[in-house]
Amino acid sequence: MSDAGEMSEATDLTDQERRFEEKIAAEERIEPKDWVPDAYRKNLVRQMSQHAHSEVIGMQPEGNWLTRAPTLERKQVLLAKIQDEAGHGLYLYSATETLGVTREELIEALHEGRAKYASIFNYPSLTWADIGAIGWLVDGAAIVNQISLQRTSYGPYARAMVRICKEESFHQRQGYQIMVTLAQGSDEQKQMAQDALNRWWWPSLMMFGPHDAESAHSAQSTLWKIKRMGNDEGRQKFVDQTVPQADIISLEIPDPDLRWNEERQHYDFGEIDWDEFMQVISGNGPCNRQRLGQHRKAHNDGVWVREAMAAYAARERDAEGEGES
Amino acid sequence: MTEANSDIAEYSLRLGDDALILAQRLCEWCADAPLLEEDIAIANVGLDYIGRARMFLQYAGELTGSSEDELAYLRDSAEFRNLLMVELPRGDFAFSMVRQYLLDEYESLFFAGLKQSKDANLAGIAEKTLKEVHYHLRRSREWMRRLALGTEESHRRSQDAIDELWGYVAEFFESDEVEERLVGLGIAVERRDLEQAWRASVGELAAKTGLMVPDDDLRQTGGRSGVHTEHLGHLLAEMQFVQRSYPGLKW
Repeated sequence: MSDAGEMSEATDLTDQERRFEEKIAAEERIEPKDWVPDAYRKNLVRQMSQHAHSEVIGMQPEGNWLTRAPTLERKQVLLAKIQDEAGHGLYLYSATETLGVTREELIEALHEGRAKYASIFNYPSLTWADIGAIGWLVDGAAIVNQISLQRTSYGPYARAMVRICKEESFHQRQGYQIMVTLAQGSDEQKQMAQDALNRWWWPSLMMFGPHDAESAHSAQSTLWKIKRMGNDEGRQKFVDQTVPQADIISLEIPDPDLRWNEERQHYDFGEIDWDEFMQVISGNGPCNRQRLGQHRKAHNDGVWVREAMAAYAARERDAEGEGES
Repeated sequence: MTEANSDIAEYSLRLGDDALILAQRLCEWCADAPLLEEDIAIANVGLDYIGRARMFLQYAGELTGSSEDELAYLRDSAEFRNLLMVELPRGDFAFSMVRQYLLDEYESLFFAGLKQSKDANLAGIAEKTLKEVHYHLRRSREWMRRLALGTEESHRRSQDAIDELWGYVAEFFESDEVEERLVGLGIAVERRDLEQAWRASVGELAAKTGLMVPDDDLRQTGGRSGVHTEHLGHLLAEMQFVQRSYPGLKW
């Protein structure tokens, strides 16, 4: 390559940067073929793969009740929901792969603890009511976040969110519907529902992450419009929409500081136990080891199957090649 | 209830139980499949089986005055009428896939026959089911080729699975008085007539993939009359736990 070529490449770089910044400012989508700063790419891979892993690990606490679902209809709906989540995981892995990483690398990062998944799934699902609470609260919180991500700056991620949001609202409704049925049921069922709400409420609030001021990736992600909503804003939205739903079915939110603030036109609520939050994030929640262990085991048990697939595909390719010659 | 209706209820219950118990085994693969695509595919097949179980159990329930959930959750092992093969523990991926394949070949013949049933309800369910079975069979045949021709290990595991499962094949083609009466009325499928075609299809795939078809010495039967393996009781204990622990509630 000539000197002139190298010169123009150097100028192009600043042009590229400028074009990238202009696109972000103009709310245009960044697409896989567009040049992006390395830090933007890394930030996205971190967030999108974490999102994909969350869908996949999230299958475990719900799968825990699949074989014990109390009616055939509930079993059918729960299996359909879990299948959706596997589909979301696959869709998000594919979207992440447009950034130049493979699913295998992403899974390796998960197994080695370099990649995270939503901490909420490190809590156990102990009764059937937990399946209701997960749909109602966990999916409810996830939707708040995912709706805002429909406007995220990376095209494949934004489009994945549009598709995923449609299914998530069905998930949230099926969860709430389980809670409604239990709350109208026997004393034991009501107690089961209340107990599930007690255990899942605070972890659901933690899903929005630390306060904005303390969030490690928030500032840069917001500048790049990867993140379109503050952690505290999302949390407030979730509380505001969920408290009336609990009231309707006479369940009590386990927060003595919760009250309507007429002036703010929002609910005030108590402070999260940030020590617990840090413990679970750093791997010391009730089910961290179990969840990761299960994923690792399934992955390792499947090695021979994936090897057989690869060997068979190679064999078929060879056979085709011979047929052509 | 007339004898014919009582026979039809029993027949529908048997077909519902086949689907329900296999669905339960498929559910055990949740979050445990060798790759995410298979998590999705197994759930797909499982959803078909739960849907099928519900249709047959609802029909049996209409004739006997029970709900689908009463039939699924409140009967004990001896009252279940499923084929023994579907209740066997899920095993490794090869075991589950070979079982699926053997059943898919059988079901494609069986439901093609049941589609012609003079009972409109059974014929309707069979017609819907047959479309699903064709998709299942395409998938399981493809997997059989992959596993049998893939690696030495996948071939060995497939052969082990066939050897283990073969003793439960005889039951596919075994009839009894209830079915004979319904066959006479043009309602049920004469299962004995399916055996030759089934053996031809399975034999052809085995020959192409180098799998050995085992001999027929072992003939485990009894599912249709409620004599099951030890495994069914454990499966039911898990499946029925909530309904049994909190009787009579809505969920």
